Amino acid sequence: MTDTLRHARHLIGENPVTGVAFALFVLLLLAAVFGPLLVPYDPLATDSSASLVAPSAKHLFGTDQLGRDIFSRVVAATRLDMTIALSSVIVVFAAGGLSGIAAGYFGGWTDKIVGRLADTIMAFPLFVLAMGIVAALGNTVTNIVIATAVVNFPLYARLARAEANVRRDAGFVMAARLAGNTDTRILLFHILPNILPIVVVQMSLTMGYAILNAAGLSFIGLGVRPPTPEWGIMVAEGAAGIISGEWWTALFPGLTLMLAVFCFNLLGDGLRDIVDPQRRT
Amino acid sequence: MDGSPPLLDVRGLTVEFATRRGTVRAVDEIDLTVAKGETLGIVGESGSGKSVTSYAVMRILDRAGHIAAGSVVFSGIPLHNAAESEMRDLRGREISMVFQNPRAALNPIRKIGEQIEDVLIRHNQATSRDAHGKAVAMLAQVRISRPEERYRAFPFELSGGMCQRVVIALALACRPQLLIADEPTTGLDVTTQKAVMELMTELTRQRNMSAILITHDLGLAATYCDTVMVMEKGKVVEAAPAATIFTAPKHPYTQRLVRATPRPGIGLRDLVTNPRPLPEMAPVVPGRLLQVSALVKRYGETNAIDGIDLHIDRGESVGLVGESGCGKSTTSMAIMRLLDPTEGRIVFDGETISDIPARDFARHPMRRRIQMVFQDPTDSLNPRFTAARSIADPILRMGDSKNLRAQCEALARQVGLPIDLLDRFPHQMSGGQKARVGIARAIALRPDLVILDEPTAALDVSVQAVVLNLLEDLKRTLGISYLFVSHDLHVVRLMCDRVVVMRAGRIVEQGTAQQVLEAPTEDYTRELIAAIPHPPQEQA
Repeated sequence: MTDTLRHARHLIGENPVTGVAFALFVLLLLAAVFGPLLVPYDPLATDSSASLVAPSAKHLFGTDQLGRDIFSRVVAATRLDMTIALSSVIVVFAAGGLSGIAAGYFGGWTDKIVGRLADTIMAFPLFVLAMGIVAALGNTVTNIVIATAVVNFPLYARLARAEANVRRDAGFVMAARLAGNTDTRILLFHILPNILPIVVVQMSLTMGYAILNAAGLSFIGLGVRPPTPEWGIMVAEGAAGIISGEWWTALFPGLTLMLAVFCFNLLGDGLRDIVDPQRRT
Repeated sequence: MDGSPPLLDVRGLTVEFATRRGTVRAVDEIDLTVAKGETLGIVGESGSGKSVTSYAVMRILDRAGHIAAGSVVFSGIPLHNAAESEMRDLRGREISMVFQNPRAALNPIRKIGEQIEDVLIRHNQATSRDAHGKAVAMLAQVRISRPEERYRAFPFELSGGMCQRVVIALALACRPQLLIADEPTTGLDVTTQKAVMELMTELTRQRNMSAILITHDLGLAATYCDTVMVMEKGKVVEAAPAATIFTAPKHPYTQRLVRATPRPGIGLRDLVTNPRPLPEMAPVVPGRLLQVSALVKRYGETNAIDGIDLHIDRGESVGLVGESGCGKSTTSMAIMRLLDPTEGRIVFDGETISDIPARDFARHPMRRRIQMVFQDPTDSLNPRFTAARSIADPILRMGDSKNLRAQCEALARQVGLPIDLLDRFPHQMSGGQKARVGIARAIALRPDLVILDEPTAALDVSVQAVVLNLLEDLKRTLGISYLFVSHDLHVVRLMCDRVVVMRAGRIVEQGTAQQVLEAPTEDYTRELIAAIPHPPQEQA
């Protein structure tokens, strides 16, 4: 463990961008946990006297048509967006990752079923598929999570399958079998820990995608319902205002969204360096 | 040597590598010379700097390494500060190299003939008109039969030995003056090794070329080289004519290396310095432990093993010998119950275990009685488990996990693994230490039969000597039986009571170790024995 920490410190020293990404990630987490408690205004409180106020010391990011403080709404939305992203990543890891490992390890029928399932999902344009799922199941946060998980399933299933497949005949797997481990135990306690680092990198990258996906769905009206603060809806609501000069209503939620996705993508690259044994000398 | 200057003259060569923990000196002020027509052997264990020396001569060190001091002069040209463009011209044309893994050295998607043509054309040794003819002639010279036809073969269609011949053809195509061979036969069977080495010696002699053979095998170097240089930790400890290095080694390290090399006429304890006496053999109930009859494993149309009969008694060591692809691994996997045989019976201690499907065997009480030590100590340890966790795995699954830590420590002591290494991960341990962890895991449940699958093939010879002695001690104190799978007949002779020789899925000969190895009745066995390098003998 201390070894990994030292290695991480070395890599951050070599590539400061990774450090920035980690800092940003911590900031996002703090905003998600404590944000709603710390914001200056109630994100849902309307104030018709202060509608569409430009950014100022009083309202850092300005206010929207209903006079709600955009800064408070952007910070408060972090919790919802992060929750959606994190839960979709967990769901897709559990479904795609585990079935992929099983497919790679057992081969045969398991492999065929998982493989064809992934192929079927990949046959659709992914965002259209996500739209379809949310439209069919209903406009709830749970369904956004499910839709995001489904469209990412093939990626995880294939990655995990490939990694499990090369380890299937490794000496340590055979040794585990000799030690009396059943196939399930070998999968969960011997193979999974070995491919976890690789999957974690993918999870970080998916986080960014999941946030975009949720925001995208909300933007076209298929996601979270107003007045809940959410980056996608806020961009959608503010988009009309850009023409009439109220640029701040769409810009700040959009900027935050971009920064969050950027952070997760950089984090993924940094994690890849940390877990890659080739870079460990 | 006469007055003419040597072909290669290396003086005070020092190579340093920049690592995260500071500068590491891999080669430390070494001197060497290779005369025209001479073959020099560089012998050393892993980390001795023998390969780095040759990379420095070729100037192909990776970006972390550089020549810190010294000179490398090749037929009057100083190589240590030659420009890269000059080196590119020399490599392949004047100095060429043969690497350890022939398959990795060949381009997998190009026909072998075309690869030889590429080299010829690049160095202006042929035009596109006569390249084809020259490439075919080259293939014929390295004794590839039907060269015209094989010209169109891809590397994956050829065996390892054939690939190495193609690599040699590539290396010699431009008639270089110096050939550097870095472990050219590691991973090849003994008979293939013999053929490749003889081919190389003959071709270099024919062309009056010089050669450097880099190997960990002192016996191989002493057999095929004129001069042998022994390296340890980046320094040359001894350089002597091949005839005397084996018979009269001067430096203590060379003496230790010679001593650790298995050779005819010695016992297991002669391999190590200051051996403890062999422990008393634990009392075992005499009788048959394992009986394999008419075992067949079929893959599609071909039989990987084709009717095997063999048996192992209690407390006995049986050697299973054969070249790669002869079915010895399939046989051991079937006995291990990791795969289901197509036909035949495996009876272990009176119970027919071949009836239990391999997938259910993990939960069978018999599982704990048959264990295995794997060939590659690195590959067989879970990279995410500490040594203690690896050793504890069988105990957790099938044993009594009371006082787990104490059990692991007792096992570590038994296999000579320092207790403080128990909390380390595989990448923090040396090859020998990992081998000990693998052995501790195999004996953790006190099995009756342990299959040793080339347990020392990946280890340095001095480590091999210690591990072989450890295995013998454990066998005696615990009264276990061994099935020793190997292609190294010297090692088998030291370790085994009986030997079984396999070829193409069948048993060709079996008998006591002495009988089979000293008076073989089959031609194939004789061929195998003749193929082992025969270095000059020690005088009694």
